[in-house]
Amino acid sequence: MLDRDVIAEYKLDHDFLSEIYALPGGREIKKCIQCGTCSSSCPLSYVMDYGPRKMFSLIRAGFRDEVLSSNTIWFCSSCYTCAVRCPKDIKITDVMYALKRLAVKEGKTKGKKAVVLSKNFARMVNTYGRNHETELMARYILEADLFHALKFVPQGWKLLVNRRLPLFPHRMKNMDQLKKILKKVDELGEI
Amino acid sequence: MKYTYYPGCSVNATANIYRDSIAAIAPALGLELEELEDWNCCGATAYMSVKELMSFAISARNLAIAEQHHRDVVTPCSACYTVLNKTNHYFADYPELRKKIGQALEAGGLSYSGNLRVRHLLDVVCNDIGYEKITSLAKKKLAGLKVAPYYGCQIVRPDSGFDDPDEPTTMNRLIEALGAECVDYRMKTSCCGASLMGTQEDLAMRLCRNLLLDAQQNGAHCIVTICPLCQMNLDVYQGKVNARFKTKFDIPVLYFTQLIGVSLGLPLRDLGLNRLAVKLTKPIKKIFEGANNG
Repeated sequence: MLDRDVIAEYKLDHDFLSEIYALPGGREIKKCIQCGTCSSSCPLSYVMDYGPRKMFSLIRAGFRDEVLSSNTIWFCSSCYTCAVRCPKDIKITDVMYALKRLAVKEGKTKGKKAVVLSKNFARMVNTYGRNHETELMARYILEADLFHALKFVPQGWKLLVNRRLPLFPHRMKNMDQLKKILKKVDELGEI
Repeated sequence: MKYTYYPGCSVNATANIYRDSIAAIAPALGLELEELEDWNCCGATAYMSVKELMSFAISARNLAIAEQHHRDVVTPCSACYTVLNKTNHYFADYPELRKKIGQALEAGGLSYSGNLRVRHLLDVVCNDIGYEKITSLAKKKLAGLKVAPYYGCQIVRPDSGFDDPDEPTTMNRLIEALGAECVDYRMKTSCCGASLMGTQEDLAMRLCRNLLLDAQQNGAHCIVTICPLCQMNLDVYQGKVNARFKTKFDIPVLYFTQLIGVSLGLPLRDLGLNRLAVKLTKPIKKIFEGANNG
């Protein structure tokens, strides 16, 4: 049990906690009492590097790399089960979103397929104003999963024969307005 | 009753059978749905994962346009519902965020004051139209049909407020109002894996397997759901789940609007019931055809 390397205090990032505090919803983790309700409620904590409870503990201790490079943040499917059960009302899903964005910002997303999906989703919305599911999947496969492209064929086929796979995007009309809003957000800077 | 209708991107694409069934039942229920003009994507969970303020701002654009009509906005998609509702609540609760969203909207010539209610279609159908009216409109009761309600995760989670996050009953009561038998099972609010089906297929399929197994073991003929992504994962991937886990699930996954449509006596084809990936099984067809004749 004790064969793990002990990480010396000086190797930890003591600014990490204050950085997390500065994120929207980040200060909430102060309230965590380490009860573990979140991790035991999470449908995917069993495959996560660290469950949400442990993540909060790691953040407090300053394990920056471990937290930002963990699969935990990308395995969170935003089902909000932890958030509605947390006895301290911590918006855990929001904290996970904040960690996702920080990981993207710092480029700690190597091999994380969900990032490719999210980025392409945002690009799709910025282009058409709406999500075009067919194109989103095509772009995702090209960028992240080309090696396994064939595995998507049977499901795509099922959608196609049942006329549930539109080939052309629905576009919104006033893209100009949406772009102005996005540009303004760029100027304001993310929160 | 009149509402501003926000369909969302999936309802116009992979969930077009949801759209068709909503269009088919709305007149009979006296539900007037006026589509929000030139709506844009709510941002879903994906946009929020990369940009927060942008995600809130694009979501708020819809709210700003909807507010001009002075009536509730209703969406049939759980993800749209959660995101629009979350934007609405955070707009009210966080002054700094409200200010920035306001500035972004202003750049697009819009403004939002926060006086809008965001509703899920299930909430509107069950609580505004009501079970009694639905029962009275039902031409034929779906007696003998065992239906497992699948709420999925987001519809009953934070800021929702119309049902319990762990033990919701809105759809249970609807199923009973239609004369069918409601199969209660533990996993009715467990996550289907959502977009992880694209990125972590094996994990999402495992979640779907557990769900299908729970519904099957409790004797369900079919599952009824309220979310495009839940329906897609459980329906379109059911064959693959069977191959992966050596199971033999044959459980059609319907939208709640399709089930209402059947009891209203509408043709199955108009409800998109011929376009499910897992086709209606014989026992279900028998009950549904009886329902149509009645």
